[in-house]
Amino acid sequence: MKILIIGGGMGGTILANNLARRLSQELRAGKARITMLSASDKHLYQPGLLYLALGRTTPDALYRDQAGLLEPGIEFHVDPVETFQLDNNKVTAKSGKSYDYDVLVIATGSRMVAEEVKGLAENAEFFYTEETALKMMRRLQEFQGGKVVITVGVPHKCPMAPLEITFMLHDYFKERGLADKVQLHYTYPINRVHSLENVAKWAGPEFGRLGITSETFFNIKEVDGAKKVLRSEEGSEVPFDLLIAIPAHRGMEVIEKNGLGQNGWIPTNKTKLNMEGRTNVFVIGDTTNIPISKAGSTAHFEAETLGENIAAMIKMGITAPVRDYDGKVFCFIEAGLDRATYAMFNYQNPPDPKAPTRAMHWFKMAYNKLYWASARGLL
Amino acid sequence: MAEKKIIDGRGSFCPGPLMELIGVLKMSQIGDELEVLSNDKGSAKDIPEWVRKVGHEFLGTREENGVWHISVKKTK
Repeated sequence: MKILIIGGGMGGTILANNLARRLSQELRAGKARITMLSASDKHLYQPGLLYLALGRTTPDALYRDQAGLLEPGIEFHVDPVETFQLDNNKVTAKSGKSYDYDVLVIATGSRMVAEEVKGLAENAEFFYTEETALKMMRRLQEFQGGKVVITVGVPHKCPMAPLEITFMLHDYFKERGLADKVQLHYTYPINRVHSLENVAKWAGPEFGRLGITSETFFNIKEVDGAKKVLRSEEGSEVPFDLLIAIPAHRGMEVIEKNGLGQNGWIPTNKTKLNMEGRTNVFVIGDTTNIPISKAGSTAHFEAETLGENIAAMIKMGITAPVRDYDGKVFCFIEAGLDRATYAMFNYQNPPDPKAPTRAMHWFKMAYNKLYWASARGLL
Repeated sequence: MAEKKIIDGRGSFCPGPLMELIGVLKMSQIGDELEVLSNDKGSAKDIPEWVRKVGHEFLGTREENGVWHISVKKTK
């Protein structure tokens, strides 16, 4: 049984390691084979970019060699896929080599597309790549006061990022003694400050307490860099001195080019995680079109479910999954530079975030290190 | 040719039915009709409010067995 995993991010890595442990006997006996294809030989801990943008970590702390994260027995190739031939159970990669499979898992992730909004890429700061996070850090260091606007595109990766960067910026400027010279203004696409109602009920008053202003029903239309004005689809204008954007995202280009899903999101069964219309193709992480948070924890919990199901298929010869993905998501929420809370929810149960604590912040700091154990499938 | 799209936002607390609609509308064509399914009754109020504010056409809402079906037409 050949299992082919496309993508070496959080979802693909956790799944590969999970399967390698569950199928250790089958791998040794040559009855199963796990192959991973990735675009990079490095693994980036993406949530760490938020801290990088604020000068709280360094780039080297956010990377590991991908091969070193994988269990022995997993074949790993830096060879990004270019074409999917799903009817023939094979893919062709950049090297020209074809890889066939019995089970395919697509976990290629997502990318920000700031360039799709007029003026946004040129006039805003971002923290979704190492390069942009470092640029943002330098810009923040130079900033001495004025109106800082945090704006949010749809859909975006990491639903807590807009709130986290806002609260962390508040403390960042306070630490620098600039609290009286900086006005933080937050915009959000729907009619409250976060999509999760209970999170919005907590964050809205917190904004008020900290003097952070906000405008809701604000979807980014364009940025006028000369006038330093941000305009919304709803018809309003917001002037800024410094613009921080959580830009809209798309799935990877290879997904769109192969016609697997509009905007790079593959139609996926929300509980079975198979690609709609396919029984041996599965999708996890940001790549799905499931109406759920595009977050690392989503990929993590999906990978654990899928690992159990694929292993059961191989060990017991069954085709029906033994376990459904229940929509579980767990997100830390940094509420400043020294306190945090969290939101945990699934398809049936909304979150009920508690008041932020220092203990939860330090738990998040610890998780930033423990992530490498998580990626190895140990946590 | 306008097409009708179904956005199944049931069980979606985050990003939620309205955010899903906003995302899908962006990649739709003018004239497309979309129907959002939501088991959150707040969607029946929030979605029409946003649709009118941004200038698309709100086509109506109906509730069946605890699921709200909210129809919208992209007009710009």
